[in-house]
Amino acid sequence: MDAKTTTNNKAANLNVGAFIKKYTMVIALVVVFIFFAWWTEKRLLYPQNLSNLLIQNAYVLVLACGMLLCILTGGNIDLSVGSTVCFIGAIAAQMLTKYNLNPIIVILLSLVFSCLIGMWQGFWIGYVHIPPFICTLAGMFLFRGFGRAILESKTIAIPQSEGSVGKRFLDIFTSYIEVPGLDNDVKWSAFAAGIIIACVLVVITVFNRIKKAKKGYKQASAVSQFAKIAIIDLLIIAYTWKLAHYKGIPVMALWVLAIVFIYAFITSKTAFGRYFYAVGGNEKATKLSGIDTKKVYFLAYTSMSLLAGLSGLLVAARVGSVNGDTGNSYEMDAIGSCFIGGASAYGGSGTVGGVVVGAILLGVINQGMSIKGLDSNWQYVVKGSVLLAAVIFDVVSNKKTGKAG
Amino acid sequence: MAEYILEMKHITKEFPGVKALDNVNLQVKPGEIHALVGENGAGKSTLMNVLSGTYPFGTYTGDIVYNGEECQFKTLHDSEEKGIVIIHQELALIPELSIGENMFLGNERKGHFGIDWDKTYHEAGEHMRQVGLKEEATTLIKDIGTGKQQLVEIAKALSKNVKLLILDEPTSSLNEEDSKMLLDLLLDFKKKGMTSIIISHKLNEISYVADKITVLRDGATIETIDNEQHNIDEARIIRGMVGRELSDRYPAREHNISDKIGMEVSGWTVYHPIYSEKKVVDNVSFNVRRGEIVGFSGLQGAGRTELAMSIFGRSYGANISGELKIDGEKKELKNVRTAIESGLAYVTEDRKGNGLILEESIARNTTMARLEKVCSKGIINVDKENAVAEEYKEKLRTKTPSVQQEVGNLSGGNQQKVLLAKWMFADPEVLILDEPTRGIDVGAKYEIYCIMNDLVAQGKSVIMISSEMPELLGMCDRIYVMNEGRMVAEMPASEATQEKIMSAILQSDKK
Repeated sequence: MDAKTTTNNKAANLNVGAFIKKYTMVIALVVVFIFFAWWTEKRLLYPQNLSNLLIQNAYVLVLACGMLLCILTGGNIDLSVGSTVCFIGAIAAQMLTKYNLNPIIVILLSLVFSCLIGMWQGFWIGYVHIPPFICTLAGMFLFRGFGRAILESKTIAIPQSEGSVGKRFLDIFTSYIEVPGLDNDVKWSAFAAGIIIACVLVVITVFNRIKKAKKGYKQASAVSQFAKIAIIDLLIIAYTWKLAHYKGIPVMALWVLAIVFIYAFITSKTAFGRYFYAVGGNEKATKLSGIDTKKVYFLAYTSMSLLAGLSGLLVAARVGSVNGDTGNSYEMDAIGSCFIGGASAYGGSGTVGGVVVGAILLGVINQGMSIKGLDSNWQYVVKGSVLLAAVIFDVVSNKKTGKAG
Repeated sequence: MAEYILEMKHITKEFPGVKALDNVNLQVKPGEIHALVGENGAGKSTLMNVLSGTYPFGTYTGDIVYNGEECQFKTLHDSEEKGIVIIHQELALIPELSIGENMFLGNERKGHFGIDWDKTYHEAGEHMRQVGLKEEATTLIKDIGTGKQQLVEIAKALSKNVKLLILDEPTSSLNEEDSKMLLDLLLDFKKKGMTSIIISHKLNEISYVADKITVLRDGATIETIDNEQHNIDEARIIRGMVGRELSDRYPAREHNISDKIGMEVSGWTVYHPIYSEKKVVDNVSFNVRRGEIVGFSGLQGAGRTELAMSIFGRSYGANISGELKIDGEKKELKNVRTAIESGLAYVTEDRKGNGLILEESIARNTTMARLEKVCSKGIINVDKENAVAEEYKEKLRTKTPSVQQEVGNLSGGNQQKVLLAKWMFADPEVLILDEPTRGIDVGAKYEIYCIMNDLVAQGKSVIMISSEMPELLGMCDRIYVMNEGRMVAEMPASEATQEKIMSAILQSDKK
């Protein structure tokens, strides 16, 4: 009897420990969020602030997804993304103001340019083996310089007058979804979307379980799986409820969600995504398994710059103008999000989900401190401390399980 | 009192979930060579890590009495101060530094201003002479072979005034010649009064060199066998290790060799990737039939691995020429992918460095070479992947609680099985196995041999590169002998002996 209870306790302890280890950053996010909600006297929870939380951090989320692929290949980072944001933003702004080009063409051309930048860097890194740090450091100078040259050292504002190409460009990124007849003071469309997404999630989970049961595969316990879905659903509904009381669903959110979903899908479900983990885990073994490792590097950096370009468009649209300092040190936010989100500094491990949590954690801290009116100098101190703490925690907890050292 | 230089009494060491050592006793007399044997996971290395202070005092229970006094080592440094030096299986040398610099790393010869380089290299030279290493002390580690690197490690130990030398698998990556030299060196040191403990899987070496043999099994001491006469029967040791008599070390096989040639290579020449005028493989021709196991014998550096890798989608070397036929069809294998698709598999000798991703799961490693087989339209079917991994786990009897286990947590023998599973899943017609049983225990070796037999029974061709001649003689149908990049002999295994192979190598050296 006695022995049985101790083993039960042991198992329970092990479960709690494993749970904390697995969801460390989620727990940290919850704690930080509650802290800031309390510290700002619930002002953080105002619909407007919650809506802005997403819009203001859209660029970090997009960049961090791309940065994850680079980091997966072996802790390699891309220092040039901030400059690429500026460069592409500058190109887009000039195309809109100087040449009055159609916004769709502007977006496509901008993405083509960013893709070319990525291929340029990816070529040197993947096929000529230039160390990524150095190659992208060069890119950081290069594209910042090109960007400023295109801007002719000025701040270019995107025209906002009704009917102008600038306005149409801005609408593509910064408007809110509105369904006539449904949306009035409260944007019921947002809330409805939240409920629909929540239902879809439940349906997908149920279908997956049925499919697995049919084939006789192992599955996770029903309680934990549905509990997880219930929590996620609750959060989605609560968030869309808040959005409904502001301006509804921001289009920016759709862009971000699309990128996050695409990258989450690539990294977790596809063979192509698996290769990034393999290269970071053991490059030689990957090569000897018939995988083109050069191409993996090439594509990691191409995708990074493509997202940096998209990010440049998002930022230009949100701010409404581009200047020579646009995108300054954005790469650091993206890199920080990845490491806070649990990506390994040596490559081979990390998930999009983790990175998103890392980015939101940084975002909440920024937002909370801004609401409180804290000096931006101190925001740096707090960001730095959080990053260091996250990585220390990661290394120390891995040591205990005998993984590191 | 002075009867034993070292007594380890009732050592118990627990890791979360497992008892690695359970009341282990070890007694070593001064001036003897004491061998520690046991299957992988028997606790040999753990015991030595307890002794050297890698697992500090307090993390284990039991006593260590060294030179008559009770010792409580908290760090490696504590034990080295007493003259206990451990040389690990994976050498701890820095390739970009010179022999001298490596020898005194962390123990630098200091002058008035910084390091006294004259003294460093002079002393290094002296220690090198003691171990019979004929190199300059300024030579970089990366420029000398593994055998010589092992000697540098020993010279390094001498520089620390070693009294008790512990060697963990010192010969696992050495060829027979270098191994012999190393063992003779140990015997030489013994005459001068040094005590050593040697951990090894190679029983013939133990029987040659050891005075006492302590057998560990499942974390417990089974027995200590006397070997003063150096003529112990290997079967006697094996009985202790596995707890049963292993009557046949090589599983029997029906020899069903077909007339069809699985792979044929002719006039194969490979140049060194950096020193572009050096031929690493020189005009080599060979073939392997379906259902046949062909062995490649030779000394380290004979070019066998380089030959295999250059065939396998040009993974090694430059300026490769020669003709390759698979199933009678001429093939140009420009990269690894086409090699795999043409039905070729190369199972590397360096499973940790070139073969597996240690921090990934067994399932993910298993499917890596042919991921598309569990994919539809580029999307991985994880359930199918797990089912496949499970199937191979059963088939190869890999010991693991789950296929989600990280490969790095498995023992050497089980890692080797995962590596084999990975290449069996790729479904090749011709398998090149490079040192498939290196550093794994007797029981796991036997299982690997059985897998090889299964493969040829299915009509596949197997090429086995090995530095252990008995293994080649026991397993192969035909043996090729390589030396210095050239093919110097070919013989049916039934006619081959270790002497014949050695003499083929030696004679080709004279030419």
